[in-house]
Amino acid sequence: MSALTVSEEHTSPTAAKVIQPAWVRILHWTNAVAMVLMIMSGWQIYNASPLFNFRFASSITLGGWLGGALLWHFAAMWLLMVNGLIYLALGFATGRFRKKLLPITPTGVIADTKAALTGKLSHEDLSKYNYVQKLLYAGIIVVGVVIVLSGLSIWKPVQLQWLTALFGGYDAARYVHFICMAAICAFLVVHVALAFLVPKSLRAMIIGR
Amino acid sequence: MGRMRKLLIPGVDKTLLVKDAIKTMPDLTRRRFISGGASLGALTLLTGCDVSDSFSAEDMLKKISKFNDGVQAWMFNPDALAPTFPESAITKPFPFNAYYDIDDAPEVDGKTWRLEVRGLVENKKPWTLEELYKLPQVKQVTRHICVEGWSAIGSWTGTPLRDFLKIIGADTRAKYVWFQCADKEGYNSPLDMPTALHAQTQMTFKFGDEILPTAYGFPMKIRVPTKLGFKNPKYVISMEVTNDYKGGFWEDQGYNSFSGN
Repeated sequence: MSALTVSEEHTSPTAAKVIQPAWVRILHWTNAVAMVLMIMSGWQIYNASPLFNFRFASSITLGGWLGGALLWHFAAMWLLMVNGLIYLALGFATGRFRKKLLPITPTGVIADTKAALTGKLSHEDLSKYNYVQKLLYAGIIVVGVVIVLSGLSIWKPVQLQWLTALFGGYDAARYVHFICMAAICAFLVVHVALAFLVPKSLRAMIIGR
Repeated sequence: MGRMRKLLIPGVDKTLLVKDAIKTMPDLTRRRFISGGASLGALTLLTGCDVSDSFSAEDMLKKISKFNDGVQAWMFNPDALAPTFPESAITKPFPFNAYYDIDDAPEVDGKTWRLEVRGLVENKKPWTLEELYKLPQVKQVTRHICVEGWSAIGSWTGTPLRDFLKIIGADTRAKYVWFQCADKEGYNSPLDMPTALHAQTQMTFKFGDEILPTAYGFPMKIRVPTKLGFKNPKYVISMEVTNDYKGGFWEDQGYNSFSGN
Protein backbone atom coordinates (compact mmCIF):
# COMPACT_ATOMS: atom_id res chain seq x y z
CA MET A 1 0.00 0.00 0.00
CA SER A 2 1.15 3.57 0.46
CA ALA A 3 4.62 4.43 1.72
CA LEU A 4 3.04 6.34 4.60
CA THR A 5 1.28 3.29 5.97
CA VAL A 6 4.41 1.19 5.71
CA SER A 7 6.56 3.71 7.54
CA GLU A 8 3.96 4.11 10.29
CA GLU A 9 3.92 0.37 10.84
CA HIS A 10 7.69 0.32 11.00
CA THR A 11 8.04 3.10 13.53
CA SER A 12 5.44 1.67 15.89
CA PRO A 13 5.46 -2.09 15.54
CA THR A 14 3.50 -2.61 18.78
CA ALA A 15 0.64 -0.27 17.84
CA ALA A 16 -2.59 -1.61 16.40
CA LYS A 17 -2.76 -1.67 12.63
CA VAL A 18 -3.45 1.58 10.83
CA ILE A 19 -7.05 1.70 9.59
CA GLN A 20 -6.90 5.15 7.96
CA PRO A 21 -3.47 6.21 6.66
CA ALA A 22 -2.35 9.79 7.33
CA TRP A 23 -2.97 10.99 3.77
CA VAL A 24 -6.59 9.80 3.90
CA ARG A 25 -7.14 11.54 7.24
CA ILE A 26 -5.60 14.85 6.12
CA LEU A 27 -7.51 14.88 2.82
CA HIS A 28 -10.74 13.79 4.55
CA TRP A 29 -10.78 16.67 7.04
CA THR A 30 -9.61 19.23 4.48
CA ASN A 31 -12.46 18.07 2.27
CA ALA A 32 -14.88 18.34 5.21
CA VAL A 33 -13.93 22.01 5.72
CA ALA A 34 -14.08 22.78 1.99
CA MET A 35 -17.47 21.04 1.62
CA VAL A 36 -19.03 22.96 4.51
CA LEU A 37 -17.74 26.28 3.12
CA MET A 38 -18.98 25.42 -0.39
CA ILE A 39 -22.42 24.26 0.78
CA MET A 40 -23.06 27.21 3.11
CA SER A 41 -21.90 29.84 0.59
CA GLY A 42 -23.76 27.93 -2.14
CA TRP A 43 -27.01 28.26 -0.19
CA GLN A 44 -26.53 32.03 -0.04
CA ILE A 45 -25.90 32.13 -3.81
CA TYR A 46 -29.01 29.98 -4.35
CA ASN A 47 -31.06 32.51 -2.35
CA ALA A 48 -30.30 35.24 -4.93
CA SER A 49 -32.32 33.33 -7.54
CA PRO A 50 -34.00 30.24 -6.04
CA LEU A 51 -34.69 27.25 -8.28
CA PHE A 52 -37.48 26.04 -6.02
CA ASN A 53 -40.13 27.60 -3.84
CA PHE A 54 -37.92 28.08 -0.78
CA ARG A 55 -34.85 29.92 0.50
CA PHE A 56 -32.20 28.89 2.99
CA ALA A 57 -32.30 30.70 6.36
CA SER A 58 -29.57 33.32 6.48
CA SER A 59 -28.36 31.89 9.83
CA ILE A 60 -27.07 28.78 8.04
CA THR A 61 -25.53 30.54 5.03
CA LEU A 62 -22.08 32.03 4.56
CA GLY A 63 -21.07 35.38 3.07
CA GLY A 64 -23.85 37.69 4.28
CA TRP A 65 -24.98 38.64 0.75
CA LEU A 66 -24.56 37.35 -2.80
CA GLY A 67 -21.22 39.12 -3.38
CA GLY A 68 -19.73 37.82 -0.13
CA ALA A 69 -21.00 34.31 -0.77
CA LEU A 70 -19.51 34.30 -4.29
CA LEU A 71 -16.12 35.33 -2.86
CA TRP A 72 -16.26 32.41 -0.41
CA HIS A 73 -17.53 29.96 -3.05
CA PHE A 74 -14.82 30.84 -5.59
CA ALA A 75 -12.13 30.72 -2.89
CA ALA A 76 -13.17 27.43 -1.27
CA MET A 77 -13.52 25.85 -4.74
CA TRP A 78 -9.72 25.78 -5.01
CA LEU A 79 -9.41 23.96 -1.70
CA LEU A 80 -12.13 21.49 -2.73
CA MET A 81 -10.73 20.94 -6.22
CA VAL A 82 -7.02 20.63 -5.39
CA ASN A 83 -7.74 18.44 -2.37
CA GLY A 84 -10.16 16.33 -4.41
CA LEU A 85 -7.69 15.85 -7.26
CA ILE A 86 -4.96 14.71 -4.83
CA TYR A 87 -7.46 12.30 -3.26
CA LEU A 88 -8.45 10.83 -6.64
CA ALA A 89 -4.81 10.54 -7.76
CA LEU A 90 -3.71 8.81 -4.53
CA GLY A 91 -6.88 6.71 -4.39
CA PHE A 92 -6.08 5.21 -7.77
CA ALA A 93 -2.27 5.17 -7.43
CA THR A 94 -2.19 3.41 -4.06
CA GLY A 95 -4.91 0.96 -5.11
CA ARG A 96 -7.05 2.10 -2.16
CA PHE A 97 -10.16 2.58 -4.33
CA ARG A 98 -9.79 -0.89 -5.86
CA LYS A 99 -9.05 -2.64 -2.58
CA LYS A 100 -11.57 -0.80 -0.40
CA LEU A 101 -14.46 -0.04 -2.72
CA LEU A 102 -14.50 -2.94 -5.17
CA PRO A 103 -16.22 -5.14 -5.99
CA ILE A 104 -19.74 -3.81 -5.41
CA THR A 105 -22.28 -6.57 -6.09
CA PRO A 106 -26.07 -6.15 -5.98
CA THR A 107 -26.49 -9.27 -3.81
CA GLY A 108 -23.86 -7.97 -1.38
CA VAL A 109 -25.52 -4.57 -1.17
CA ILE A 110 -28.97 -6.11 -0.59
CA ALA A 111 -27.69 -8.53 2.07
CA ASP A 112 -25.75 -5.83 3.93
CA THR A 113 -28.64 -3.36 3.74
CA LYS A 114 -30.92 -5.98 5.34
CA ALA A 115 -28.28 -6.68 8.00
CA ALA A 116 -27.82 -2.96 8.68
CA LEU A 117 -31.55 -2.34 9.05
CA THR A 118 -31.93 -5.26 11.48
CA GLY A 119 -28.86 -4.16 13.45
CA LYS A 120 -26.86 -7.25 12.54
CA LEU A 121 -24.08 -5.56 10.55
CA SER A 122 -20.67 -6.20 12.07
CA HIS A 123 -18.21 -3.35 12.65
CA GLU A 124 -15.46 -5.62 14.01
CA ASP A 125 -12.91 -4.94 11.27
CA LEU A 126 -13.04 -1.24 10.35
CA SER A 127 -10.42 -1.68 7.64
CA LYS A 128 -12.95 -3.63 5.58
CA TYR A 129 -15.99 -1.79 4.25
CA ASN A 130 -19.32 -3.58 3.99
CA TYR A 131 -21.27 -3.38 0.74
CA VAL A 132 -23.46 -0.49 1.86
CA GLN A 133 -20.36 1.50 2.76
CA LYS A 134 -18.69 0.57 -0.52
CA LEU A 135 -21.73 1.74 -2.49
CA LEU A 136 -22.11 5.00 -0.54
CA TYR A 137 -18.40 5.88 -0.57
CA ALA A 138 -18.01 5.09 -4.29
CA GLY A 139 -21.27 6.93 -4.98
CA ILE A 140 -20.27 10.08 -3.09
CA ILE A 141 -16.95 10.22 -4.98
CA VAL A 142 -18.92 10.21 -8.24
CA VAL A 143 -21.27 12.90 -6.89
CA GLY A 144 -18.21 14.94 -5.86
CA VAL A 145 -16.86 14.77 -9.39
CA VAL A 146 -20.25 15.69 -10.93
CA ILE A 147 -20.81 18.65 -8.58
CA VAL A 148 -17.40 20.10 -9.53
CA LEU A 149 -18.01 19.56 -13.26
CA SER A 150 -21.54 21.03 -13.14
CA GLY A 151 -20.15 23.95 -11.10
CA LEU A 152 -17.49 24.58 -13.75
CA SER A 153 -20.14 24.49 -16.47
CA ILE A 154 -22.21 27.14 -14.63
CA TRP A 155 -19.12 29.28 -14.03
CA LYS A 156 -17.81 29.05 -17.62
CA PRO A 157 -20.74 28.35 -19.98
CA VAL A 158 -18.86 29.99 -22.88
CA GLN A 159 -15.25 28.90 -22.34
CA LEU A 160 -16.33 25.37 -21.31
CA GLN A 161 -19.49 25.26 -23.45
CA TRP A 162 -18.89 21.61 -24.40
CA LEU A 163 -19.13 20.75 -20.70
CA THR A 164 -22.25 22.89 -20.22
CA ALA A 165 -23.79 21.18 -23.26
CA LEU A 166 -22.99 17.79 -21.68
CA PHE A 167 -25.22 18.75 -18.74
CA GLY A 168 -28.01 19.82 -21.10
CA GLY A 169 -27.29 23.55 -21.10
CA TYR A 170 -26.79 26.30 -18.52
CA ASP A 171 -30.16 26.06 -16.79
CA ALA A 172 -30.07 22.25 -16.55
CA ALA A 173 -26.52 22.42 -15.13
CA ARG A 174 -27.83 24.58 -12.27
CA TYR A 175 -30.32 21.85 -11.36
CA VAL A 176 -27.63 19.15 -11.58
CA HIS A 177 -25.42 21.26 -9.30
CA PHE A 178 -28.27 21.65 -6.80
CA ILE A 179 -29.23 17.95 -6.84
CA CYS A 180 -25.59 16.95 -6.20
CA MET A 181 -25.54 19.35 -3.22
CA ALA A 182 -28.73 17.72 -1.89
CA ALA A 183 -27.16 14.25 -2.34
CA ILE A 184 -24.04 15.33 -0.44
CA CYS A 185 -26.18 16.75 2.39
CA ALA A 186 -28.17 13.51 2.59
CA PHE A 187 -24.92 11.54 2.63
CA LEU A 188 -23.57 13.82 5.38
CA VAL A 189 -26.57 13.17 7.63
CA VAL A 190 -26.11 9.38 7.40
CA HIS A 191 -22.29 9.59 7.47
CA VAL A 192 -22.11 11.79 10.58
CA ALA A 193 -24.86 9.85 12.40
CA LEU A 194 -23.05 6.55 11.81
CA ALA A 195 -19.69 8.02 12.81
CA PHE A 196 -21.21 8.83 16.21
CA LEU A 197 -22.99 5.44 16.43
CA VAL A 198 -19.65 3.66 15.82
CA PRO A 199 -17.23 6.05 17.60
CA LYS A 200 -14.16 3.93 16.88
CA SER A 201 -14.65 4.69 13.18
CA LEU A 202 -14.48 8.41 14.04
CA ARG A 203 -11.39 7.76 16.15
CA ALA A 204 -9.76 5.93 13.25
CA MET A 205 -10.37 8.94 10.99
CA ILE A 206 -8.72 11.22 13.58
CA ILE A 207 -5.75 9.25 14.95
CA GLY A 208 -5.62 6.52 12.33
CA ARG A 209 -6.26 3.50 14.55
CA MET B 1 9.32 36.35 36.28
CA GLY B 2 12.45 38.25 37.29
CA ARG B 3 10.39 41.30 38.12
CA MET B 4 7.95 39.24 40.17
CA ARG B 5 10.77 37.75 42.22
CA LYS B 6 12.11 41.22 43.01
CA LEU B 7 8.70 42.28 44.32
CA LEU B 8 8.61 39.45 46.86
CA ILE B 9 9.83 40.25 50.36
CA PRO B 10 12.09 37.52 51.81
CA GLY B 11 10.51 35.73 54.77
CA VAL B 12 6.95 36.75 53.90
CA ASP B 13 4.50 34.05 52.80
CA LYS B 14 3.07 35.28 49.49
CA THR B 15 -0.23 33.43 49.88
CA LEU B 16 -0.86 35.03 53.23
CA LEU B 17 0.15 38.39 51.82
CA VAL B 18 -2.43 38.12 49.04
CA LYS B 19 -5.08 37.04 51.59
CA ASP B 20 -4.32 40.08 53.75
CA ALA B 21 -4.43 42.36 50.74
CA ILE B 22 -7.83 41.03 49.70
CA LYS B 23 -9.17 41.62 53.23
CA THR B 24 -8.35 45.30 52.92
CA MET B 25 -10.45 45.61 49.78
CA PRO B 26 -14.15 46.34 50.28
CA ASP B 27 -16.38 43.55 49.04
CA LEU B 28 -18.16 45.71 46.46
CA THR B 29 -14.93 47.00 44.94
CA ARG B 30 -13.62 43.49 44.60
CA ARG B 31 -16.72 42.30 42.90
CA ARG B 32 -16.81 45.29 40.58
CA PHE B 33 -13.14 44.77 39.81
CA ILE B 34 -13.72 41.16 38.88
CA SER B 35 -16.85 41.74 36.83
CA GLY B 36 -15.28 44.78 35.17
CA GLY B 37 -12.20 42.77 34.34
CA ALA B 38 -14.29 39.93 33.03
CA SER B 39 -16.38 42.09 30.73
CA LEU B 40 -13.38 44.07 29.55
CA GLY B 41 -11.56 40.83 28.82
CA ALA B 42 -14.59 39.45 27.07
CA LEU B 43 -14.92 42.63 25.03
CA THR B 44 -11.27 42.59 23.97
CA LEU B 45 -11.52 38.92 23.15
CA LEU B 46 -14.76 39.21 21.22
CA THR B 47 -14.13 42.42 19.32
CA GLY B 48 -10.41 41.77 18.93
CA CYS B 49 -11.09 38.32 17.59
CA ASP B 50 -14.08 39.38 15.53
CA VAL B 51 -12.45 42.40 13.94
CA SER B 52 -9.12 40.78 13.13
CA ASP B 53 -10.82 37.62 11.87
CA SER B 54 -13.25 39.34 9.54
CA PHE B 55 -10.54 41.69 8.33
CA SER B 56 -8.08 38.96 7.49
CA ALA B 57 -10.81 36.81 5.95
CA GLU B 58 -11.92 39.73 3.79
CA ASP B 59 -8.35 40.46 2.72
CA MET B 60 -7.76 36.82 1.87
CA LEU B 61 -11.00 36.59 -0.13
CA LYS B 62 -10.14 39.76 -2.05
CA LYS B 63 -6.70 38.39 -2.90
CA ILE B 64 -8.19 35.12 -4.12
CA SER B 65 -10.74 37.06 -6.21
CA LYS B 66 -7.84 38.94 -7.84
CA PHE B 67 -6.11 35.62 -8.45
CA ASN B 68 -9.37 34.39 -10.02
CA ASP B 69 -9.32 37.43 -12.34
CA GLY B 70 -5.95 36.21 -13.60
CA VAL B 71 -7.10 32.61 -13.97
CA GLN B 72 -10.16 33.72 -15.97
CA ALA B 73 -8.11 36.03 -18.20
CA TRP B 74 -5.86 33.04 -18.89
CA MET B 75 -8.90 30.80 -19.59
CA PHE B 76 -10.46 33.40 -21.90
CA ASN B 77 -10.24 32.24 -25.50
CA PRO B 78 -10.69 35.29 -27.80
CA ASP B 79 -11.92 33.01 -30.59
CA ALA B 80 -14.52 31.12 -28.53
CA LEU B 81 -17.97 32.42 -29.43
CA ALA B 82 -20.87 32.37 -26.98
CA PRO B 83 -23.52 29.89 -28.16
CA THR B 84 -26.23 31.48 -30.32
CA PHE B 85 -29.89 30.49 -30.42
CA PRO B 86 -32.81 30.59 -32.85
CA GLU B 87 -35.26 33.51 -32.53
CA SER B 88 -37.83 31.06 -31.14
CA ALA B 89 -35.66 30.59 -28.05
CA ILE B 90 -35.87 34.27 -27.04
CA THR B 91 -37.19 34.73 -23.50
CA LYS B 92 -40.50 36.65 -23.47
CA PRO B 93 -40.84 38.95 -21.72
CA PHE B 94 -37.14 39.60 -21.32
CA PRO B 95 -36.62 40.63 -17.66
CA PHE B 96 -35.76 44.17 -16.63
CA ASN B 97 -33.05 44.05 -13.98
CA ALA B 98 -31.27 46.79 -12.03
CA TYR B 99 -30.59 47.93 -8.47
CA TYR B 100 -33.59 50.28 -8.81
CA ASP B 101 -37.21 50.01 -10.00
CA ILE B 102 -38.02 50.39 -13.68
CA ASP B 103 -39.71 53.74 -12.87
CA ASP B 104 -36.31 55.05 -11.75
CA ALA B 105 -34.54 53.97 -14.95
CA PRO B 106 -32.84 56.98 -16.57
CA GLU B 107 -34.80 58.63 -19.37
CA VAL B 108 -32.17 59.74 -21.86
CA ASP B 109 -33.03 62.29 -24.58
CA GLY B 110 -31.70 60.72 -27.77
CA LYS B 111 -31.50 64.10 -29.51
CA THR B 112 -29.13 65.73 -27.01
CA TRP B 113 -27.28 62.58 -25.94
CA ARG B 114 -23.64 62.32 -27.01
CA LEU B 115 -21.29 59.40 -26.56
CA GLU B 116 -18.11 60.82 -25.03
CA VAL B 117 -14.87 59.13 -26.07
CA ARG B 118 -11.86 59.64 -23.83
CA GLY B 119 -8.42 58.33 -22.97
CA LEU B 120 -5.98 56.57 -25.28
CA VAL B 121 -7.78 57.29 -28.55
CA GLU B 122 -6.79 59.36 -31.58
CA ASN B 123 -10.20 60.92 -32.23
CA LYS B 124 -12.03 62.19 -29.14
CA LYS B 125 -14.95 63.71 -31.03
CA PRO B 126 -18.30 63.00 -29.25
CA TRP B 127 -20.77 60.89 -31.25
CA THR B 128 -24.46 61.62 -31.80
CA LEU B 129 -26.95 58.76 -31.90
CA GLU B 130 -27.63 59.52 -35.57
CA GLU B 131 -23.94 59.08 -36.42
CA LEU B 132 -23.71 55.82 -34.48
CA TYR B 133 -26.84 54.42 -36.20
CA LYS B 134 -25.03 54.77 -39.55
CA LEU B 135 -22.31 52.28 -38.56
CA PRO B 136 -22.65 48.67 -39.80
CA GLN B 137 -24.70 46.54 -37.40
CA VAL B 138 -24.81 42.86 -36.52
CA LYS B 139 -27.54 40.86 -34.74
CA GLN B 140 -26.92 38.24 -32.08
CA VAL B 141 -29.29 35.96 -30.16
CA THR B 142 -27.37 34.98 -27.06
CA ARG B 143 -27.87 34.06 -23.42
CA HIS B 144 -27.68 36.81 -20.83
CA ILE B 145 -26.50 35.30 -17.53
CA CYS B 146 -27.04 37.24 -14.33
CA VAL B 147 -24.61 37.04 -11.40
CA GLU B 148 -27.67 35.96 -9.37
CA GLY B 149 -27.86 32.74 -11.39
CA TRP B 150 -30.89 33.26 -13.64
CA SER B 151 -30.49 33.57 -17.38
CA ALA B 152 -32.55 34.79 -20.34
CA ILE B 153 -32.06 34.66 -24.09
CA GLY B 154 -32.34 37.95 -25.97
CA SER B 155 -31.81 39.43 -29.42
CA TRP B 156 -29.38 42.35 -29.60
CA THR B 157 -28.37 44.36 -32.65
CA GLY B 158 -25.55 46.86 -32.90
CA THR B 159 -21.99 47.63 -33.93
CA PRO B 160 -19.15 45.35 -32.81
CA LEU B 161 -17.18 47.37 -30.25
CA ARG B 162 -13.90 46.37 -31.89
CA ASP B 163 -14.99 48.05 -35.16
CA PHE B 164 -15.79 51.24 -33.27
CA LEU B 165 -12.47 51.12 -31.36
CA LYS B 166 -10.73 50.91 -34.74
CA ILE B 167 -12.68 53.90 -36.12
CA ILE B 168 -11.78 56.12 -33.16
CA GLY B 169 -8.14 55.00 -33.30
CA ALA B 170 -8.07 53.41 -29.86
CA ASP B 171 -4.82 52.05 -28.50
CA THR B 172 -5.87 48.41 -28.25
CA ARG B 173 -2.73 47.62 -26.26
CA ALA B 174 -4.38 49.46 -23.34
CA LYS B 175 -5.74 47.29 -20.55
CA TYR B 176 -9.35 48.47 -20.24
CA VAL B 177 -12.29 50.20 -21.80
CA TRP B 178 -14.10 51.91 -18.93
CA PHE B 179 -17.80 52.73 -19.34
CA GLN B 180 -19.81 55.36 -17.51
CA CYS B 181 -23.59 55.38 -17.49
CA ALA B 182 -26.56 57.67 -16.91
CA ASP B 183 -28.03 55.55 -14.07
CA LYS B 184 -28.59 57.48 -10.88
CA GLU B 185 -25.63 57.01 -8.50
CA GLY B 186 -23.53 56.76 -11.67
CA TYR B 187 -23.12 53.20 -12.83
CA ASN B 188 -19.74 52.31 -14.29
CA SER B 189 -17.78 49.21 -15.19
CA PRO B 190 -14.37 48.31 -16.62
CA LEU B 191 -14.01 45.86 -19.51
CA ASP B 192 -10.68 44.15 -20.16
CA MET B 193 -9.30 44.81 -23.65
CA PRO B 194 -9.26 41.17 -24.88
CA THR B 195 -13.00 40.99 -24.10
CA ALA B 196 -13.62 44.43 -25.65
CA LEU B 197 -12.05 43.10 -28.85
CA HIS B 198 -14.13 39.88 -28.84
CA ALA B 199 -16.24 39.46 -32.00
CA GLN B 200 -19.54 39.36 -30.06
CA THR B 201 -18.89 42.36 -27.82
CA GLN B 202 -21.34 44.90 -29.15
CA MET B 203 -22.48 48.52 -28.88
CA THR B 204 -26.17 47.67 -28.84
CA PHE B 205 -28.85 49.94 -30.29
CA LYS B 206 -31.72 47.49 -30.78
CA PHE B 207 -33.43 44.77 -28.81
CA GLY B 208 -35.63 42.35 -30.75
CA ASP B 209 -35.17 44.45 -33.94
CA GLU B 210 -36.67 47.52 -32.22
CA ILE B 211 -34.84 50.62 -30.96
CA LEU B 212 -33.59 49.78 -27.46
CA PRO B 213 -36.40 50.58 -25.00
CA THR B 214 -35.60 52.43 -21.76
CA ALA B 215 -35.82 49.17 -19.79
CA TYR B 216 -32.95 47.65 -21.73
CA GLY B 217 -30.66 50.68 -21.80
CA PHE B 218 -31.68 53.36 -24.36
CA PRO B 219 -29.84 54.82 -26.15
CA MET B 220 -26.88 52.43 -25.96
CA LYS B 221 -26.00 49.28 -24.09
CA ILE B 222 -22.77 47.30 -24.21
CA ARG B 223 -23.68 43.68 -24.84
CA VAL B 224 -20.94 41.26 -23.72
CA PRO B 225 -22.13 37.65 -24.00
CA THR B 226 -18.82 36.43 -22.54
CA LYS B 227 -19.49 38.30 -19.28
CA LEU B 228 -22.09 38.23 -16.50
CA GLY B 229 -24.98 40.69 -16.85
CA PHE B 230 -23.60 43.39 -14.54
CA LYS B 231 -20.66 43.76 -16.95
CA ASN B 232 -23.13 44.67 -19.73
CA PRO B 233 -23.67 48.37 -18.92
CA LYS B 234 -26.86 50.16 -20.05
CA TYR B 235 -27.53 53.90 -20.65
CA VAL B 236 -23.85 54.35 -21.59
CA ILE B 237 -22.71 57.99 -21.81
CA SER B 238 -18.95 57.63 -22.14
CA MET B 239 -16.15 55.22 -22.81
CA GLU B 240 -12.53 55.67 -21.83
CA VAL B 241 -9.61 53.63 -23.14
CA THR B 242 -7.20 53.37 -20.23
CA ASN B 243 -4.41 51.41 -18.57
CA ASP B 244 -5.76 52.24 -15.11
CA TYR B 245 -8.15 50.04 -13.24
CA LYS B 246 -10.91 52.49 -12.34
CA GLY B 247 -13.24 50.11 -10.54
CA GLY B 248 -16.93 49.65 -11.11
CA PHE B 249 -20.31 50.00 -9.39
CA TRP B 250 -20.60 46.31 -8.45
CA GLU B 251 -16.92 45.44 -8.72
CA ASP B 252 -16.15 47.87 -5.88
CA GLN B 253 -18.75 46.14 -3.70
CA GLY B 254 -17.14 42.74 -4.09
CA TYR B 255 -18.34 41.12 -7.30
CA ASN B 256 -15.43 39.49 -9.09
CA SER B 257 -14.07 42.01 -11.58
CA PHE B 258 -13.44 39.68 -14.51
CA SER B 259 -16.72 37.75 -14.12
CA GLY B 260 -16.30 35.98 -17.44
CA ASN B 261 -18.64 33.28 -18.72
